[in-house]
Amino acid sequence: MKLEKGIPLIDQHDENGYWGGKFGGNQIAESLNYPIEELTREFEKLRNDETFIAERDYYFKNFVGAPTPFIKLENLTKHLGGAQIYCKLVSKATGGAHKAYNAVVHSLICKRLGKTYIGGDTGAGYAGKMLSMAAAKFNLKCKIFMGTKDVERQSINVFSMRSYGAEVVPVNSGSQTLVDAVSECMRWWTSENEEAHMCVGSTVGPTIFVKICAWSTAQISREMRKQVMDEFGEVPKDMKLINCVGGGSSAAGFWNEWIDYDNIELIGVEAGGPEGSSKHAAPLTNESPIGVLHGATQYVIQDDQGEIEETESISAGLDYPGVSPLHCFLKETGRARYTSASDEEALEAFQLVSKNEGFVSPSLEPSHAFAEAIKIAPKLSKDTIIVVDSCGDSAKDSKIIAERLGYKI
Amino acid sequence: MTSSSLIKSFERVKEDNRAALLTYTVGGDPDKKTSLNIFKSIAESGADIIECGLGHGANIGDGGAIQDSTYRALSGGIKTDDIFEIIEDFKKDYETDVIIMTYQNKIMAYGEEDFIKKCISSKVSGIICVDWPWPLNLDFAKKCKENSIVFIQLLCPTTNEDRLKNILNDAHEVVYYISMLSTTGQKLKVSSDEIKKRFNLIKKISPDKKCIIGFGITADTINDFKDTDACVVGSALCREITRSINEELNPATNVGNMVSDLKQKLSS
Repeated sequence: MKLEKGIPLIDQHDENGYWGGKFGGNQIAESLNYPIEELTREFEKLRNDETFIAERDYYFKNFVGAPTPFIKLENLTKHLGGAQIYCKLVSKATGGAHKAYNAVVHSLICKRLGKTYIGGDTGAGYAGKMLSMAAAKFNLKCKIFMGTKDVERQSINVFSMRSYGAEVVPVNSGSQTLVDAVSECMRWWTSENEEAHMCVGSTVGPTIFVKICAWSTAQISREMRKQVMDEFGEVPKDMKLINCVGGGSSAAGFWNEWIDYDNIELIGVEAGGPEGSSKHAAPLTNESPIGVLHGATQYVIQDDQGEIEETESISAGLDYPGVSPLHCFLKETGRARYTSASDEEALEAFQLVSKNEGFVSPSLEPSHAFAEAIKIAPKLSKDTIIVVDSCGDSAKDSKIIAERLGYKI
Repeated sequence: MTSSSLIKSFERVKEDNRAALLTYTVGGDPDKKTSLNIFKSIAESGADIIECGLGHGANIGDGGAIQDSTYRALSGGIKTDDIFEIIEDFKKDYETDVIIMTYQNKIMAYGEEDFIKKCISSKVSGIICVDWPWPLNLDFAKKCKENSIVFIQLLCPTTNEDRLKNILNDAHEVVYYISMLSTTGQKLKVSSDEIKKRFNLIKKISPDKKCIIGFGITADTINDFKDTDACVVGSALCREITRSINEELNPATNVGNMVSDLKQKLSS
C-alpha cells in the first residue's frame, strides 16, 4: 500500500472507491446506487467549477468565519517546557467547530441538485447543529438523526438545532449513539433520496461522502499553510500536527495540505474511554478487525460475529466504533501515527489548557489531542513545533465537565 | 445439488401456474427453538421458499419491524452458527428451500470460504447480501456458483437500463427486485402496475431468470403479483412474531396462519 505524492488524498482511491485497494468503497444497498452515482457526478463537476468554488469561499469567509486563528500557546509552552505549542483555533468557526465546512458544502450541493430537503446524522451534536444552521441559511428543510443517549448528553446542541428549525429525530436502536444515528439516517435516505440530499457528518460512509467531507474540512490546512508561512517564514523542519480522531473529519482537513511533507509528523488521537474500561473507541490504535460499517470497509470495533460493539467515551464526538477509510489508509501506509487518550487524560488536558490559555477552551474531543501534546511536549526540544487542532469549543460540554469536576452549574 | 433444488422449486411453482411465495423472518427470533418451529409452520402453511435473515445490528436496509426481530435475536445471543444449525435441523425434515439474507460484515466476520462451506453443509440454497452490490460481489458470487449456491443479485427502480443489463448478464438463475425505494416494511408507495412493468422489463432482458419481488408487499396487495415469478412477505410476519410475543401467543401458529392466508391470496 503506497501513498502517492502530488495527488490529493481524497483522490487516491481506485475505481471502486477503495483507498489502498481495501479501505472505503460503496458497500450499499442497490437502492442507494443511483443517488450515490448522481452525487459523485455532481461533486466532480462542482469541484472544478469556478463559480461553485467562489461561492464556497464566500460562505466559508462570511458565514463560517474563515480564517480561524493560528496562535502560539505561550503559557502552555512555558508550563510544559520543551516543544513550542501552537494551536489552530478552529473552535472559533461559526457554531464552535469544524463541522460548519462540511455542512455548508453539502447545503450548496443540495441546492445545485435541485433538492430542498437535507438530512444528516450527529453524535456530539456539532454536525447536526451546523447542518441545521446552514439549512436555515440556505432555506432547506432539515432533519437530524441523533442517538437518544446523545440527545440527552448534548442537550445544548439539540436546543440549537431545534431553534434553527430542524427536526431532531432521536434514534432508539442499539447503543443509541452516533453509530445508530448514521444507520438510521442512511435508512431514511434510502427511502427519500429522490427528493432529499444526505449529509454524512464525518469522513465516513460511502466513498463520495468521505471525499466531500475531507474536501470541505481541507479549508483548515489551506488557511493554516499561509498562517504557518507568515509565522515562520518557511515550513518548520520539525513540526507535529496533533488532532483527535473519531470519524476523522477534522484530522483529514487539518492534515490535508501537509501530507506530502515527510518531515511533518501527523498524530491522531483516539478516545481511550474511561481508565480501566475496555470499550475504547480507538479502532486504529488497537488495530480492530477490518469490517464493513455504513457502506465502507474500515477498522471497526466488532465482536467475532461481525456485530458492532458499543464504545464508551466522555466525548460524544469521538464515540464511533469505526473510522474514516482515509485514516485507515494513512495508518497502513505509515504516514500518520495513531494513539489514544483516556477520558481522565482528556479532562486533565482541558483543565490545563483552559487555565493557562483562557482564550482556548477545547471541547472534550480536542482535549484528547491536547492530552497527547502535553504528554510529548516536555520530552521535545524547543525547535520542535507542535500544532494542535482545537476543533471544538467546550461550551457544549460544560454540563459534563462540571459534573466530572464536581462543580454545580 | 442445492442450487438445482431452488430452480426445481421455481419450476414446480410454474407448472402450477402461480407465483412462488417467499417468507422472510429473522433466524433465531425470538430464540433458536421457536425460530425453528416458525420455519416448520411456514413450510407446512405452504410457503415455497424460506428467506432466513441473518440479522446485523448496524444494518442500513431494515425497517422497524425487522429491526425489532433482529434486535430480539441478537440480544438473545444468537450467533451465525446458531442460524446454520436452525436451517440444518429444518432441512432434516423439510424439502422447502432456504435462502439466507444478510449483510456483508456477517459474511466477512465468519470468513467467506467458511460461510460457503457452512451453507453447503446446512443445505442453504441461496444467499442475498443487501449491502454487497454488483459488481463488488462478483468474486463471492463466483465462489457461491462453484458450490451450487445461488447468489441472488438485487435490482431496484433506479437501477438504470445499462446497469440492469450488466447485472442480469452476471446474475445467477434468480434475481431479486426491490419494488420501491425504501427500507423493508414500509407502505407500498408505487403501484402494483408500475412494479409489474419493471418486472416485465427484467423478464424481457432475461426471460430465463426467475425474479423475486420484495419490499412493501402485504396481504392487501399480494394478489396483484400472482402472475409474476415470486414475491416475498417479511415485515408483516416479523410484526406478527412481535405481536404474538407481546400477547403471549404462539408465534409459530400465528405466522403459519398468516402464511396460509397469503398463499391463498397469491393463488386465487
